[in-house]
Order: sequence, then structure tokens, then C-alpha cells
Amino acid sequence: MTATKTDAPVTAAGGGPPKDTGPEGAARKERLSGLVQQHGALAVLVIVSLVASFSFDSFATGDNVGNMATSSAFLAIVALGMTFVIITGGIDLSVGSLFALGGVLAAWGSRHGTPVALLLPLVVCGGIGVVNGLLVARSRLAPFIVTLAAMLGARGLMLALTDEGAETYLIGKGSFLAELGQGTTLGIGNPVWITLALFAAGAVVLRRTRFGQHVYAVGGNEDAAALMGAPVARTKILVYTLSGLLAGLAGALNAAWLASGVTILGNGMELEAISAVVIGGTLLTGGLGFVSGSLVGVLLLKVIQNIINQIGSLDSSYQQVVSGAFLAVVVVAQTWLGRRRRLL
Amino acid sequence: MAPPAEVLAVRGLSKTFPGVRALDDVDLTLHPGEVHALIGENGAGKSTLIKLLTGVHRPDAGDIVFQGRDVSFATPLEAQKAGISTIYQEVNLIPLLSVARNLFLGREPRTRFGLLDFARMHKEAEETLRAYGVRVDVRLPLRALGVGAQQMVALARAVATEARVVIMDEPTSSLEPREVETLFSVIRRLRDDGIAVVYVSHRLDELYAVCDTVTVLRDGRRVHHGRLADLGRLSLVSTMLGRELGEVREEGLTKFTGDHHAAGTQPVLEARDLTVPHRLRGVSVTIRPGEVVGLGGLLGSGRTETAKAISGALATSSGRVVVAGVPLRGGSTPAAIRAGVSLLPEDRKSEGIVPGLSVRENIALAVLPRLSRFGLVSEARVDRVVDTFIERLRIKASSPHQKVGELSGGNQQKVLLARWLAMNPKVLLLDEPTRGIDVGAKAEVQKLVDELAEDGLAVLLISSDLEELIEGSDRVVVLKDGAVVGELAGDEVTEDTLMRTIAGHAPAGVTAAEEAGDG
Repeated sequence: MTATKTDAPVTAAGGGPPKDTGPEGAARKERLSGLVQQHGALAVLVIVSLVASFSFDSFATGDNVGNMATSSAFLAIVALGMTFVIITGGIDLSVGSLFALGGVLAAWGSRHGTPVALLLPLVVCGGIGVVNGLLVARSRLAPFIVTLAAMLGARGLMLALTDEGAETYLIGKGSFLAELGQGTTLGIGNPVWITLALFAAGAVVLRRTRFGQHVYAVGGNEDAAALMGAPVARTKILVYTLSGLLAGLAGALNAAWLASGVTILGNGMELEAISAVVIGGTLLTGGLGFVSGSLVGVLLLKVIQNIINQIGSLDSSYQQVVSGAFLAVVVVAQTWLGRRRRLL
Repeated sequence: MAPPAEVLAVRGLSKTFPGVRALDDVDLTLHPGEVHALIGENGAGKSTLIKLLTGVHRPDAGDIVFQGRDVSFATPLEAQKAGISTIYQEVNLIPLLSVARNLFLGREPRTRFGLLDFARMHKEAEETLRAYGVRVDVRLPLRALGVGAQQMVALARAVATEARVVIMDEPTSSLEPREVETLFSVIRRLRDDGIAVVYVSHRLDELYAVCDTVTVLRDGRRVHHGRLADLGRLSLVSTMLGRELGEVREEGLTKFTGDHHAAGTQPVLEARDLTVPHRLRGVSVTIRPGEVVGLGGLLGSGRTETAKAISGALATSSGRVVVAGVPLRGGSTPAAIRAGVSLLPEDRKSEGIVPGLSVRENIALAVLPRLSRFGLVSEARVDRVVDTFIERLRIKASSPHQKVGELSGGNQQKVLLARWLAMNPKVLLLDEPTRGIDVGAKAEVQKLVDELAEDGLAVLLISSDLEELIEGSDRVVVLKDGAVVGELAGDEVTEDTLMRTIAGHAPAGVTAAEEAGDG
């Protein structure tokens, strides 16, 4: 009896297979939570906007929407770069400073013509991005610390350029740069068009190129990605460079819009961008995210801000209270979704 | 069957890590279409050999000739590009990426414009995976798949990268029986395609089911190689463990002193039908006060998991644990500790001692709540407890305030033992209590275990050291692939019967464990 028992093949031995994870049910749940993750923010944006347009007469007016769109554009461009960085599992705290530096450099350079005004911020901010990337990827320093240092350094550089912020460089009316920032095409502000074009390009790069695959792979499991042949270091350097470039560009466009390089801008912008990215469904832990979500996240933040302004009786400080609470809700919801998916 | 040209030839491979000769002059030859079993106990050098072959480590001496050329891989990626793919025990893919993307990462089909061609990617992924018995929506994230299916994706990827040699490191440890069958058919197909497979597993049934040849490593050396069919199961086990058949020692080599029979008394620990998915299948163990029950079996047979399941450190999907008549709530370590179950874990460093704290603090750690009143710890009572155990366990420390990290391995183990004994347990689970400590300390710990049992403690002893297990235990419950395959008591507790039971050859006189049947 013993012999038959012990000779039985392992496959037939008692106990039976433990409860199966049910591939079909798992797949359905996965699809559902994937949809919520990707489009949850959009649903909220639609609902909030609908409620707002019924509640406030001045909300759904052309002027108000146009203003919201243009003021969203600059944050959105910064958030686009941040999306790439966060999907790799990193963070870029330097974008607020680079935004301000980019604006000052563009305004300062505008006296030498538009090409200089556009190239200067891109070269300098992109260069700082490269340094961030090198330090994170090659020296294996924590992104938080590296970009914190860059944030302080870039702001210092900007203050040095402007004599401690005492000097404001202006951008002459009628230049191509001013037109980029202030002009409209088909009734919509040029910064909005530029933003939309950048997001379309960003979506293609992220979803449809090998570089985009590597961005997800590095954030999803860095060791596995390396074993599978993804160029981990190159991917990281590229995302920080991209983030720096976009922050500089956003700053330049913003300066063009305001017709001057304003030195007090960009404080806390990195946190706003991170919030928008996370609200848009990108996991702060990396490996999952959508550029469309980040755009929606930015709009949502701006709409909430706008609504609080509309209410009027509320102090504008409450904007941040509401934005903060909203972010907390989103992160809790994401964690909950994530847990459900892993438990299945 | 095998053509003369070997695809991989390893000669005189050696590797020394600080203090350990991990691999010593090992040869290995692989022919196209050969499925080669690589076996050995813990520390035999299997992982080191694999790591040398795949470029994780560099050998100190010896040559690796791959497809007729001398190679030296600097990274796993280089090895993979050259044609040596490895499938790890843990799936090494990216859970959040879709199945198709995981399969094609780095070699995605592209359209004329350089963009990824998803239509082709999804179609090819589905076709590829169907051959591996995986029928899923390849656009789903990988993590939506079961572990077995994930393992298949990893395998498909490894093979698709034009591998000539595929190394599988315990590929079945998380597979369901059905999936194991699929894996085997895939391996047979690889063999037919002329791909050489190195198969690492502790499951003898699997080895005999799928492997042609075998290399047995022990203590870093190759102790056997040849056709697997020529080596019986029993010889395989004895070669692996380094024991001659029928070699039963008359005199004990350990410090254990005979039996401590406590027949007639009620069991203090009753574990029934413990089941943990992929790990344990209906394991039952009972221990009476004053009894030492050994858990026998090869690495990965479920010994540690059994101890962890009893102590609540591993959640069970079914089964129950009763301590002194009181059922335990599963998956709760505090409940188990309160009921009087103490586990001395296998890995002292990561799961046991706090090296920066003193001997006194380490001993008092678990018992502190009991020595305090209104949250305030009574220093005098702590001192009393600590002094008692330092003396009783003969812990050699300059003072109770010496840091545990400065003590020898044996004394660290005693400090851990003291920590749990201070809790006044009824059941003591010892997982490899003498691993990595010197001979003298080993004897002392063994003697202690004996004394504790004499004092009426119920002890569960896990040890890879056969002598220790045989000499120290009154009974031995033998595990294999997560299930009880036999129980030895009295005169049956010998190395010979133990090895036969592990190998699946039950000689006359071995009591079949009734528990194994009820599961």
C-alpha cells in the first residue's frame, strides 16, 4: 500500500489543485480596473465640468474656457515630461525651477531674436535634464535628491541672471516669440495648439515606439528589463532630458504669453505637475501611465481652481485644500484598485 | 542520439567566494537536443554553476566553450544574446506590461514608419503562446495571468530569442500539475528542435520524466554524471546526499542521547491537513510533550513551509493547528506565540537576531510585554530572565550588554533560542538550528534540544544534516513535494529507510503515514 502511494505520480497526488485564480474572471477584472485607472479622471472631469456649467453662468463661456485652456497649457507641457519620468519610477522636482529659468532665459534672449530666445532655454534646461539623468542612471543616485539639487541650483542660476529678481526682461511686442505666446489660430491660443501637438507626439512616442516600451519596462521592473535587454540607463537619461526640455519650453512659452520673464513663477509647480500626473492615472511607483491622463489631470486641477474662483465667497487658498484632498482621494483609489488587481 | 558536436562544454570550472570554495573543477557537456538534469543539495554549487554560465559571475579558473568558441560573458544579457537563456524560479518579466509586449520587448515588429506594429505583434504573440498551451488575451497586463502562464510566457520569450541552450532553474516550483505537463511537452519539443536544456529541480519524478542525462554536484564538486536512466532513484538520492547505501552507523556522531518516549500522553501539537497553494498539500504532524519529531525530505519538499504554517507565518488555504487542545487562528503569528508555539527560523540573520542590540535586549525582545506593567518594563525582572537563560544555555558573551552581532554563530543561535524559551513555549519549531555554526557549538545546541525535550517541550526539528535528524528525532515525518510520504518511528529511523522513503522506494517495515491518505 505504501509503495503504491509513494510511487503515484506527483500530478495525481491528493489535496487537489488549490483554488484556481480563474483566468477568465481575472481577465475581466483586470480590464475593468484598467479602464477605471485610465479613464477615471476623464469621467470626473466631465461630471465636474457639467455641474459647474449648470451652477455658474460664467463657467461655460468662451472667455472662461479659453482662459482655462491657455493657463493649463504651460502646466500641461511640464506634466507631459513628468509623465515619462514617473512611468520609469522616477521623479523630477527640478521642473518648477527650470520653468522659471526657461522663462527668464527666453525673455533675456529675445533681444537677440526669436531663435536665440527659444534655443537658449531648451539648451540650458535640457542640459540640466541630461545632468539629472546621468546622475540618476549612471551614478545611481536617488532621483528625489538629484532633482532637488537641480531645483535649488536652477533657481539660484535664475536669480543670478536677474540680479536677485530685481531685473525683469521684457519680450518686445510683435516678435515671433510674442506671437507664439499671445496669438491665436482659429480663435484658440497658440500655446494650446502647441500643447495639443506635443501631447499627440508624446502619446505616439510612449505607446508606439521602442523607447516608449522601454520607459514602461524600466518602471515596471528594472532588473527584469535589464535582463530582457532594455537599455535601462539610456532610457532614464532620455526621460530626464525630455522633462528638462519640456519644462524649459513651457517656461519660454509662458514668458512669451506674459511678455516678460517673471522670476517668481514656477514655485511649487513641480508638485502641481506630479499631482496632475498621478490624478491622470499614472502610478507613482512606475510602470503604468498615460499622457492623455496627465492632460486630463491638469485640466481637472484648473477647473477646480476656476470653480473656487467662481464661488467668490471662498478664499482662493481653499483651492489648494480642495486640490490636496482630491489628490488624496485619487491615490487611495489607485492603491485600492492596485490591491484588488493583485489579489484577484 | 546526440550528435558528436557539443553545444556547450565546460571544463575545470572553479569559483571561490570569500571563505567558500563554491565550485571546484567542474565539467559539464551538453549536446544539442539533450535534456540535462543538474542536481545537488543546498550549497552544492548549482546556482554558482548557472551564474557562471550566464555571466552573472566570472569563473576563477576553467573554460566555457559555447558552440565551439571560448566565451566569457560579462552580463546575463550577453549570454542571452549569444544563445544561453535562463528561466528563473521567480518570473523575470514586467507584470504591468501587456503579455505581447513582454514577449516582444526589444524585438518588436515595426511598421514602415518605425512605429510598433501592434496588429502583427498581437497576432504573433497569440500564435506563439498557443504552442505553449496559453490561450489568453495578449493585450492584458502580464499580471492578470496565473503564475504558471507567466512562466510559460517567460519560456516562450527565452526560446524565441534563438536560444541554443535553455537553463531552467526550478521552473515547476509554482506550477500546477496540468501546467507541469505542458512544460514537459514544451521541453520535448525543444529537444526535438535540437535545443539543449539544463533542468534544475528537486522533484525526482520530474527529473525521471523528462531528463536524459544528469550531473550531480556535492560540495562544489561533480560527484556523478551520466545517463539518468542508469542511475536508480535510491542511488541518485544517496549520491546527492553523500551517503553510502546501507551505511547505518552504530554509534551516534551527534550529541543526542536516545529517545525520550512520552507515549500515552495527549499530543500538545496537532497540525491537520495544512495546505498552502503551490507549497503544501495536506501535511499533518502531531507531537506529544517531550517528543522530538523530525521533518525529513529534500530541499523544497515543504519542511520550512510546514514550520511556518504551524507558527502562523505562512497563511494556509485549509487545514488547522491545535495547540494543547486550543485551535489556532491561521495566519496569525501573535496568536501562535500566545498559544505557546515558538519558531526558530532558518535564516538567523534576516529573520531572527537584531545584531545591533545587546544580548540582553535580544533575549528580552519577545517576552517584554509579559515583563512589563502598565507599559513600563521592570528592569529587575528582565535581568532575572536574561541571567537565567545565559546560564542555562551556556551563552558565551563578555556581558549581557555585548552586541549580538559580535557573537559567534552558535552563540547567536543560543540567544535566539533563549528569546523563545523565555516565552515558556509548549512547542518549539527548530528550522536548521545548527546550520552554519561550528562543530563544538553544534554539539551544544543538539544537547540543549535534548534537555528541552526531557523537560517536556514538544520539538519539531528540521535539518538537512541526516545524522542530526536521525539521531535527534524520536519520529521522522518525511515530506516530498509538499506532501507527507512516510513516517518513520522507532527502529525505522535510520538513514537507509529515510533515503528510501525520500526516493520513493518504501522498504518493508516503513509505516505509511495515514495522514497522507486522508488529504
